[in-house]
Amino acid sequence: GSGSAEQLDALVKKDKVVVFLKGTPEQPQCGFSNAVVQILRLHGVRDYAAYNVLDDPQLRQGIKDYSNWPTIPQVYLDGEFVGGCDILLQMHQNGDLVEELKKLGIRSALLDEKKDQDS
Amino acid sequence: GTIGPVEAAIRTKLEQALNPEVLELRNESGGHAVPPGSETHFRVAVVSSRFEGLSPLQRHRLVHAALSEELAGPVHALAIQARTPAQWKENPQLDMSPPCLGGNKKTRGT
Repeated sequence: GSGSAEQLDALVKKDKVVVFLKGTPEQPQCGFSNAVVQILRLHGVRDYAAYNVLDDPQLRQGIKDYSNWPTIPQVYLDGEFVGGCDILLQMHQNGDLVEELKKLGIRSALLDEKKDQDS
Repeated sequence: GTIGPVEAAIRTKLEQALNPEVLELRNESGGHAVPPGSETHFRVAVVSSRFEGLSPLQRHRLVHAALSEELAGPVHALAIQARTPAQWKENPQLDMSPPCLGGNKKTRGT
């Protein structure tokens, strides 16, 4: 099925930024999933893989088993589980997200914003 | 409103597991697409010295472990603020959750 550990392991490692959401980035169907989408948008992260657990009950349960995390949304950076919406928000607020994206070779749009403000 | 059994259980279990200095718990089910009186969506702020030296992920996992029964059961969403006493002092408040966007009620089909 689509929820096996092997398949999910491959899925979270296939792209640098991977999120599991209720809904899609274009049409999130949960406020917490939307928060993840908006944070990534703020940082200018456009190329990320998003999987809609509402489309696939096996995926919905499988990803919770894989990460041993009981809720959706789930965020993976560089193949590693980072946390849900609360943790991503914290990382966004304290600057950790900019740093983690930099490690992945992704330049956060917020750095360019700051540059404009300074000049 | 009245405190339901799930909310009471969450409070008891977190008190036992984490010996918190502060525990603020809010049933947010009313803001979601679930029947009145539901106990499915919660927000919790836990302030405990047991969080010292732990990453946010580790802290959240501790909270999940204490509430594994509820999370495998009625609780669909749990927003967590896990702070040390010093961190809480800097910002002692329960955050707001984002508005509900309908959940799977919006989708139809298989």
